[in-house]
Amino acid sequence: MTGRLVLATALAGVLVVPLVAPAYHVLLMLPFMAYGVALLGLNLLFGYTGLVSFGHALFLGIGAYTGAFLTHRFGVRSLEVIVVTAAVLGALVAAPVAALCVRYVKIYFGMLTLAFGMVFYTFVLKFYRLTGGDEGTPYLRPSLLGFALDGIPKTDYLTGPYYYYSLAVLILASAVMWRVVHSPFGLCLKTIRDNPAKAETLGIGVRRYRWYAFMISAVYASVGGALLGAPIGNVDPTLAYWTHSGNIVFMTLLGGFASFFGPILGAFVFIYLEDFLKSLAPSSWRLIFGALLAAIVIFAPGGLMGLFRRARPLEASRA
Amino acid sequence: MILRADGVRKSYGQFCALDGVSLTIGRGEFVSIIGPNGAGKSTLINVLTGVLRPDAGTVRFKDRDITGIGPVRLARLGMARSFQLVQIFPDLTVLETLQAAVVSRLGRGTRLFASLARDRQVEEGALEVAELFRLADKRHTPSRQLPQGDKKLLDVASAFALRPQIILLDEPTSGVSTADKTTIMEILVSAGQRIGLQAIIQVEHDMDIVFGYSDRIIALHQGKVLADATPAAIQADAHVVDTVIGRKTTRPGAPR
Repeated sequence: MTGRLVLATALAGVLVVPLVAPAYHVLLMLPFMAYGVALLGLNLLFGYTGLVSFGHALFLGIGAYTGAFLTHRFGVRSLEVIVVTAAVLGALVAAPVAALCVRYVKIYFGMLTLAFGMVFYTFVLKFYRLTGGDEGTPYLRPSLLGFALDGIPKTDYLTGPYYYYSLAVLILASAVMWRVVHSPFGLCLKTIRDNPAKAETLGIGVRRYRWYAFMISAVYASVGGALLGAPIGNVDPTLAYWTHSGNIVFMTLLGGFASFFGPILGAFVFIYLEDFLKSLAPSSWRLIFGALLAAIVIFAPGGLMGLFRRARPLEASRA
Repeated sequence: MILRADGVRKSYGQFCALDGVSLTIGRGEFVSIIGPNGAGKSTLINVLTGVLRPDAGTVRFKDRDITGIGPVRLARLGMARSFQLVQIFPDLTVLETLQAAVVSRLGRGTRLFASLARDRQVEEGALEVAELFRLADKRHTPSRQLPQGDKKLLDVASAFALRPQIILLDEPTSGVSTADKTTIMEILVSAGQRIGLQAIIQVEHDMDIVFGYSDRIIALHQGKVLADATPAAIQADAHVVDTVIGRKTTRPGAPR
């Protein structure tokens, strides 16, 4: 009950942010929502299936480059088309990558995802003609629901229509993922996370399910990447760099991977904390960030969500 | 006859774990496999459940070759197993654990958008097994919080929830107090009758359990079948008693 209240309050807050908050803070919400979508996917793999990917920036990159290519090269400006294309391309790339990665678990899985991420990073960095190399490719302002919106100033566009568009995608993505994790399929993923050998004796094909989870998470990350690129206006290889993969894992740990909304909270806190620390200590903010991560892992392995609800039986009794 | 092994051999390097083992399991049988440590019991279970591929010989389940078939397909075919070391899903509740087995049995694992909570058939299937195993009161307890005996029960219960035709239990009562052992066996046998189980095979060290519940006993020694007979016949065979059982059943109460 309190959970619903908190969720409703948060939603109401997010809805009124553009009306009350200064543009600067509204703009910070855009990457938060884009990461939110990607993290829902990452956490299906991490929190629900027990696989930690250090290569999901690959799919953020695919999503962002899809938007850049479509708007800049092909003159396709519709964000709906971009999002769907990003999802399809993400799935196409993920299919073989996932098939190879899910043969391994734990650190080997993580290292393999990292390796694929590095391959993609090198590809976008080196194929200058195609991707613009380290200069990147422009991501032109996408049209929303058929409205071109080229006439209004950039900030108005981003803090108005684009903000609510992102929010709608995040809400839709959350609703779909909520169904997935509370489905029979979601239960099978949890058995694999908890005890793969036992899951197999119950007739649950572990690799097959891990592959499904990877595919879904890749599609989510690609959609998140498509949303992430537009406000920046230019997509460059740093989006696909492994530190970016690390950041989204950090967000997940920060918020708490054991909870559905934990990673989204993690993204929110990460972005505002990073912004705050950067202005507070421009040269040493990474140090503080690192120390914070260490502190979380040691003192609050459940992340922020874990701190909020030490009394976990609530979830269990509702199941 | 439901399960049949013919001339199964399995070596690990120089060590021959199974040296031509043949056995058959018929419908309605409760068969115990006994033998000293290193006799090849675990290897045999792993071969019978298609986990290990034997070097020679075949295993047939319902007239189908299941040699090296793997656990997932075997579960689909109707053979379930439990492990010597208790296997649970620590963060899942009792109900969720059983629901997972029912979801798997009904082939609903790929229902991505269906609501698990609203799936009556899955819930009823899970609750039915929970009742049989006297775990219904604890259905919302996370598995890791269960006492050891209940963990063991849940492990076996989830195998039963697959509604298999045959079940292989690797030491179903190991690590459980003597008082709980009988309870577990009573539950197991009655649950087996309720779900229409056709055969139970167990590996067991506790001779009271073995002789109290088995229709037939297969004694392994150094990778070979030393004896395959009724409990009474086994007890009468001095050679088997000496090599496999030791003194325990011939002189009850004697210090081991």
